[in-house]
Amino acid sequence: MVKFTLLTGRSLVQGVGKEAGKFSEKYIQEVSTCQIDPEDLKILNVKPGDYVRLTTEYGSVVLRVAASTLVHRGSVFVPYGPYANLLIGTKTRGTGMPSFKGIPVEVEPAPGESVPDIKELLVKIYGRGGVR
Amino acid sequence: MKVINAVVCPCCGNLCDDNEVQVEDNKIVKVRTECAISSSKFLNYYKERNTKPLVRVDGQLKPTTLEDAIERVARMLVEAEYPLLYGWSLTSCEAQKKGVELAEEVGGVIDNTTTVCHGPSILGVQDLGDPTCTLGEVRARADLIIYWGCNPSSAHVRHMKRYSSLSKGRFRLPEQRKVVVVDVRKTPTARNANVFVQVKPNQDYELMTALKMLLQNEEIEEQEVAGVPIEQIEELAELMRGCEFGVLFYGLGLTMSEGREKNIDAALTLVRELNKWTKFAIMPMRGHYNVTGANQVLTWQTGYPYAVDFSRGYPRFEPGDTTAVDVLSRGYNDATLVVASDPVANFPKDAVKHLCSEPLAVIDPHISLTAFMADVVIPSAFIGIEEEGTAYRMDGVPLILKKVVEPPEGILSDVQILDLILKRVRELKRGR
Amino acid sequence: MRNMEYLLKNGYVVDPANKIDCERKDIAVKDGKIVESVDESRAKVIDVKDMLVMPGGVDLHSHIAGSKVNVGRLFRPEDHYKDYEVRSGVRRSGVGHSVPSIFTTGYRYAILGYTTVFEPATPPLKTLHTHDELNDIPILDKACFPLFGNNWFVMEYIRDGKLEECAAYIAWLMRSIKGYAIKVVDPGGVETWKWGGTVQDFDQEVPRFGITPREIVRGLVKVNKLLGLPHPIHVHANQLGMPGNYKTTLRTMDAVKDLATGDRPILHLTHVQFNAYGGVDYLSISSHADDIADYVNKNPHVTMDIGQVIFGDTTTMTADGPFEYKLFNLLRGKWANADVEVETGAGVVPITYSRSNYVHAVMWCIGLELALLIKDPWRVFITTDHPNGGPFTEYPRVFSWLMSKKARERVLKRLPRLARARTNLKDIDREYTFYELAISTRAATAKILGLSNKGHLGVGADADIAVFNINPKEVNPSVDYKLVRQAFSRAYLTMKDGEIVVKDGEIVAAPVGRTYWVNTKAPKDVEDVVISEVKKLFEEYYTVRFENYYIPESYLACSAPIQPLEPAG
Repeated sequence: MVKFTLLTGRSLVQGVGKEAGKFSEKYIQEVSTCQIDPEDLKILNVKPGDYVRLTTEYGSVVLRVAASTLVHRGSVFVPYGPYANLLIGTKTRGTGMPSFKGIPVEVEPAPGESVPDIKELLVKIYGRGGVR
Repeated sequence: MKVINAVVCPCCGNLCDDNEVQVEDNKIVKVRTECAISSSKFLNYYKERNTKPLVRVDGQLKPTTLEDAIERVARMLVEAEYPLLYGWSLTSCEAQKKGVELAEEVGGVIDNTTTVCHGPSILGVQDLGDPTCTLGEVRARADLIIYWGCNPSSAHVRHMKRYSSLSKGRFRLPEQRKVVVVDVRKTPTARNANVFVQVKPNQDYELMTALKMLLQNEEIEEQEVAGVPIEQIEELAELMRGCEFGVLFYGLGLTMSEGREKNIDAALTLVRELNKWTKFAIMPMRGHYNVTGANQVLTWQTGYPYAVDFSRGYPRFEPGDTTAVDVLSRGYNDATLVVASDPVANFPKDAVKHLCSEPLAVIDPHISLTAFMADVVIPSAFIGIEEEGTAYRMDGVPLILKKVVEPPEGILSDVQILDLILKRVRELKRGR
Repeated sequence: MRNMEYLLKNGYVVDPANKIDCERKDIAVKDGKIVESVDESRAKVIDVKDMLVMPGGVDLHSHIAGSKVNVGRLFRPEDHYKDYEVRSGVRRSGVGHSVPSIFTTGYRYAILGYTTVFEPATPPLKTLHTHDELNDIPILDKACFPLFGNNWFVMEYIRDGKLEECAAYIAWLMRSIKGYAIKVVDPGGVETWKWGGTVQDFDQEVPRFGITPREIVRGLVKVNKLLGLPHPIHVHANQLGMPGNYKTTLRTMDAVKDLATGDRPILHLTHVQFNAYGGVDYLSISSHADDIADYVNKNPHVTMDIGQVIFGDTTTMTADGPFEYKLFNLLRGKWANADVEVETGAGVVPITYSRSNYVHAVMWCIGLELALLIKDPWRVFITTDHPNGGPFTEYPRVFSWLMSKKARERVLKRLPRLARARTNLKDIDREYTFYELAISTRAATAKILGLSNKGHLGVGADADIAVFNINPKEVNPSVDYKLVRQAFSRAYLTMKDGEIVVKDGEIVAAPVGRTYWVNTKAPKDVEDVVISEVKKLFEEYYTVRFENYYIPESYLACSAPIQPLEPAG
């Protein structure tokens, strides 16, 4: 378990992907993958393509991990999306804006686990959902 | 085969209006554009689209008639004590106006995606004002461009080449511009910058304050501020002071980290200070192609740019109270209409939990994640492709989006759908 | 509603365009127009016995719609919190006070008895926004003036002596964006400001363009004549707000004197109060309204509106970005600036005018002095440059000041002694009559705008009528100025195109008003050449495509194109 700082944000692939549809392979793949600096991956003892569990005070989720030299050491980047939101709280401090960036997060390897299917996840967490 | 020029792209706040679309048999067959997101939109928009009104029966969404769907939405709004009408940034101004009318009619609260995006920017502007300009001014004159907490290479793909650091202006060529990127990570944009300043997460406020202090010729005792060595800060301050026309573009790196609107206060204060020395402007990088339009329409019709509550019969604006995430997380609203947005994909978990626990209707061309959770879904036409409409660029320049193909049979525009709902709502209210 | 016939009986009609001064006269309305007579058995008879009947007000300069107005609304939520309107009947909800929301703007003007209001400054690139807002204003007929005084094409054409080309450019632009008149704000000054400078002198060259404000103004007067636009060029002079600026104002007026032919004025100077200052700094600022008035009295080629200050909180907003920057430095409060590529700029700064503030007190006197010292009410118009001097809802207060020396003295005696000493107002006895008031707020403004169906109650006029519950034969406005203020604050009846919109101060109908614009043309061969030149440069100058600059007529909620007057030559 290593302490990181969580950043969520836009990514080009997430942007392109969402124009193709939120249930598209491209979009789901992108938003369920977190990015970590290769040196930090070594510390975590995981390889790109492995699965890790991210836990903030608001929630926890298993994501695929990718290596990126663009991410600050000590940070983990997750593109905007339904997976990232499981880790975000609702306190807006009177501004309307929750904290989407700079959240303390614990990261640990999650061997044997995988990214939950988006539809199953939505139904499980929010109690409803499903298109015919 | 028809070639349509000067097509405005309905994707991001750049609102590029120089795309070329080739249409054959009512289908877009080719797009000439320099942006991958735009290309994807024009060529893929119809995939994963919903073409039928849907209603949830026994836990699953099943097709229904448009009339039935409209009836259900109208009833939902009329029966609710405090409905939330959310979204709006990905539709036309004409539809946004209908939204205001509807929210006023049902005494609900209308909010748009600004609330989780550049809301803090607007709060900052409400404190201090807004020294800014249109993007053409940046291109014509700017010799210093700063991207702070934003990543146009990924999120506003053509921004640099069309409007800013890589653009060719009447009085300024790209090589005559200096580009600075300030961010917590080395973004793709940073790779093209002359100067990259890596700031510690959540410490932009400190860095901006340090810059302001140096501009005011005050001494800073620390060796580094926000993880940046003091020498680098001094260099940046001199670069800013010494330019002829500088522009600070900023994004969610500032609005979403700790400090939120205070970060924007700091940015505005810094730009105000810089205007003592030279011309300097500031501009938020608006995400959705018509979130600026939503702010404009809401402001001129109600006086406030987002989070407008009509429960007392007149417009009220209380960030933290009438803003969507707060309304949802505190369970204030007892029904929600989502138009052209996907809060299930964007909002924190607990807000989404409440959203899904009350009646929920969605008007959207896609089966978005929110539509997946809804009680009623009404498909709509794509603005800027199947439907004309007005949108406002991130710098406030308005453009008319074109219709290049016909929507599928039976698919109405947001305006038409909202009109039908409004009409039915009024009938129901009279009938009571 | 518009098909109804009405007969307004027994009122005291003031209709200066037809030389009617408080005469008991019936007004007949049919199909939205004033007619000779109606069948009394069929028409709805409204008894307005002993009340004052005037044409609906025509306000030629009020910032009500567009980008900078919306900036004002957006960054001043405090302007709205205490002044809001609950939705009721046909009336949509909204907020005030100095930058009201759009529906509220229309309602409040109609309640004042105004039926036509023009937005005096719109940046062409953003004029779609202006029309978007104008479309939403209920009841009123309106138009907008595009800004030209810092436009790259205009400055270069004039510099190169290409006036016909300049005219063709302006014709194309005016027609394309549905504008009404040539507006000039701080000629050359805003372009200078974009390089960080300001215009200090009427004959100072604009950096990189080699042209002076004088040349810009002269060029545009000539172009206006070529195009036959119904309104003279509408000018906000250089150095607005600066002590000593009255000299620039005189020079501006004098600069075009030789271009006047006939008796049509060729220059309208706006909110001249802000440009009538003597002194060398704010400590020594004084009134030179007398010099300005003197010039206007002797020179018929000029008209002006006053831009009266109202004590209280308001919002300044103008295309004069450099001026707003200076004001920001004085006040160090909120400040918005919005330079617009190729064309112009804007600035917005909140302000509170205070009686005890020497400078504000002097400003307050100057506006009234201009209105009282200029003898011909057909050439001086009452405005507050809303909201720069104050909200338009305070117009009735201005009327009472003009009509009653006693009302003025009541304010004067609470002003700083030095302000009284350095201004002329205390020595002026003149008081406006109802007749003169009607000229200055309706008849003359309609005339100078070239709106032949507005501002009067003759047969054929649009049935835009305002009735005020005040008996002009019995009330002495000089003494009972409070009654004047009250009566003009809530019209007893406002009629628009023959439809009753206000009854006893309440909105009862909110029809869609017209948007006027001038269908300007230039000789085709010149236009063709100019448009192709403009097209070539468009992509280099602008960040939108040439095709998307054009605003289709269908965009206007109710388009009312006007043909230009017979162009000269």
